[in-house]
Amino acid sequence: MQRIGVFICWCGSNIAATVDVAKVAEEIKKEPGVVYVKDYQYMCSEAGQLLVKNAIKEHKLTGVVICSCSPRMHEATFRKTAKAAGLNPYMLEVANIREQCSWIHKDRKEATEKAIILARAAVAKVSLNTPLQPGESAVTKRALVIGGGIAGIQSALDIADAGYKVDIVEREPTIGGKMAQLDKTFPTLDCAACILTPKMVEAAQHENITLYTYSEVEEVKGFVGNFDVKIRKKARYVDETKCTGCAVCTNKCPSRKAGNEFNCSLDKRGAIYIPFAQAVPNVAVIDTEHCLHFKTGKCGLCQKNCSANAIDFDQKDEIIEEKYGAIVVATGYQISDVTKYDEFQYTEHPDVVTSLELERLMNAAGPTKGVLLRPSNHQHPKDIVFIQCVGSRDTTSRGKCYCSKICCMYTAKHAMLIREKYPDVNVHVFYIDVRTPGKNFDEFYRRAVEQYNVDYIKGMVGKVYENEKGGLTVRAVNLITNERVMIDTDMVVLAAAIEPSAGVKKVASMLTASIDTNNFLTEAHPKLRPVESPTAGVFLSGVCQGPKDIPETVSQAGAAAVKVVGLLAKDKLVTNPCTAEPNELMCNGCSSCEKVCPYGAITYVEKMLNDRGIKETRRVASVNSAVCQGCGACTVACPSGAMDLKGFSNKQIMAEVDAICK
Amino acid sequence: MDSKELCKEVERISGINPRKCMKCGKCSATCPAFEEMDIHPHEFVSLLCDGRIDRLLKSKSLWRCVSCFACVERCPRDVEPARLIEAVRVCLIRNRNENFISPDEIPSMLDPQLPQQAIVSTFRKFRK
Repeated sequence: MQRIGVFICWCGSNIAATVDVAKVAEEIKKEPGVVYVKDYQYMCSEAGQLLVKNAIKEHKLTGVVICSCSPRMHEATFRKTAKAAGLNPYMLEVANIREQCSWIHKDRKEATEKAIILARAAVAKVSLNTPLQPGESAVTKRALVIGGGIAGIQSALDIADAGYKVDIVEREPTIGGKMAQLDKTFPTLDCAACILTPKMVEAAQHENITLYTYSEVEEVKGFVGNFDVKIRKKARYVDETKCTGCAVCTNKCPSRKAGNEFNCSLDKRGAIYIPFAQAVPNVAVIDTEHCLHFKTGKCGLCQKNCSANAIDFDQKDEIIEEKYGAIVVATGYQISDVTKYDEFQYTEHPDVVTSLELERLMNAAGPTKGVLLRPSNHQHPKDIVFIQCVGSRDTTSRGKCYCSKICCMYTAKHAMLIREKYPDVNVHVFYIDVRTPGKNFDEFYRRAVEQYNVDYIKGMVGKVYENEKGGLTVRAVNLITNERVMIDTDMVVLAAAIEPSAGVKKVASMLTASIDTNNFLTEAHPKLRPVESPTAGVFLSGVCQGPKDIPETVSQAGAAAVKVVGLLAKDKLVTNPCTAEPNELMCNGCSSCEKVCPYGAITYVEKMLNDRGIKETRRVASVNSAVCQGCGACTVACPSGAMDLKGFSNKQIMAEVDAICK
Repeated sequence: MDSKELCKEVERISGINPRKCMKCGKCSATCPAFEEMDIHPHEFVSLLCDGRIDRLLKSKSLWRCVSCFACVERCPRDVEPARLIEAVRVCLIRNRNENFISPDEIPSMLDPQLPQQAIVSTFRKFRK
């Protein structure tokens, strides 16, 4: 029989106000095996921990139950305490009487009753606990960054500067991401390319960084410190080592039907192309969907004209296998679908554009060489209307319930830039609220209003329609004057909501990292662990975690890098001893557990067994405890009940259920 | 019923919580009858939030709303002002507690083309 001590925490008034701790102590004393009971105001305090330590020694306790907050909060604290007193830390259990009891109940009698039941269950479990020893696993000193935008580049640079190898996997033919498409950046109005391209070049030239562009992560196996990753390097049909980026192929290419992604498809590009002048790597890529050679077997003009002999129509996708200790997700965002908002005429009229399209229309490297022209007739516009919150803060099925955070600032930027460059253009901005928290942000917005005379109108636009003059009419209400507003305009710019990049779901499920209902990756703790995923070894950088601007993205990217470096600096990681273990005599070799294991920890072996005197070779499950993460999926899948999880055995769980139902 | 109770009644009838409104004004911007109204759709929702239903009951707007449902279609917060306006109309009619049609008049008014639902809803509105 175990000698069990039960410690009941008041947590100030957090628990004690709703749970009668004295009553819990009195009742739990009656449980078999319980030899010592104590309640105290703050069990996690130094004095509280000392109480536990002394009791373990004095009363020769072999098992301890702490009735307190969630084990996610303080299980590690109390296990350390137990260890310090000479008890195996896995002989301690935490009964959660705060989050799962006092915080959610109002009635003192009911809450006390439930606290007693939870304590009883923990006592029943600890009676069956056995001492466990944690193992060790090595750490692969190499990091993977998924996504090569500003977030991924910054994380990679910071990790590489700390002396560790980093690989960036980017699915587009170049790194740079969305920031490369921007014209100017707020609130300082410096040119995006001027501050980004040096970082892109630095990443490409860094001795510790390897770039896999036009590549995608195909498979992730393993666990923190030991990820096995397969990367598909898609065929460019251009030899990266030979191509000099001279762009002769692009100029000679006769196919001109493909939309130029870098310019938001506002102009066309060749089937062989370099995304933009400062692309890294500066290597061409063939879009087989539009290439005449791939469609008809003819042409080959690029090949004939390439002086470097870099075109290789027979190139195949390549699979790269690499081991990593840590993974940073920096998959970024995309513009949400605004075609659902038919009242804004986006699909009907070419002069209705998204803000990202406007960036390209104003950029010197864009389709109009930086001259702002109406897409419909290439005339100089006289009036421009901006509509904010298109698809953001929208709880209907059309939109996103969150605020996209960056739109207020970039709209103020656009309005200011247009008024600066073309003082004859009238700029109107329809807003619901102007949200500009951030250093020098509100001052920036006020400058647009006060110095540049941008006409800010409070009220959402109801409708945009084509007028008889071929322009657009915007219908809205000015909520300050409470009057109907009708504006004839030449262009309408929609500040569309941003959403996580397509494909983030696939990446998240490969990493077993959780995502929220909007497909943003979830943090381990929203305040205290904001750059870590709940999945160990997976870190978050940039907009994949939530909407944010460039300064915030760069800070978070640096923070994620520090976490990665902290992990890679360790030679060994302590592994959780609560791993699965098969009872070989009960195993029927069905492979159910192998199929459900998300970590690939289970294999099957042929083994000589002695079953009650009969010796025979059987096919049985074998668990690699270094890889097993103790998720318990196999114990549920096993049809014969042969699989058990150490520390959470079927017997222990049944004992808990029995104690609750008693 | 006092003003507050009536507001609750409107919420019950319409099934809508007007406090979901983020005051963007899209309902008014989209409303074809805006110029005809003394209290505009966005003000209508706002007054309901404030419990000032007395003003709404006297409002001309109640009978200017053409139930085109453009605001319902475009409201980004599912507040659906047209449904709130309809609920206030229903409240007003019920409050009068009078018969506007005598049952004997109904057979002569019946049109075989008229949907059953319309007849039933007329009875509901007029209560008795």
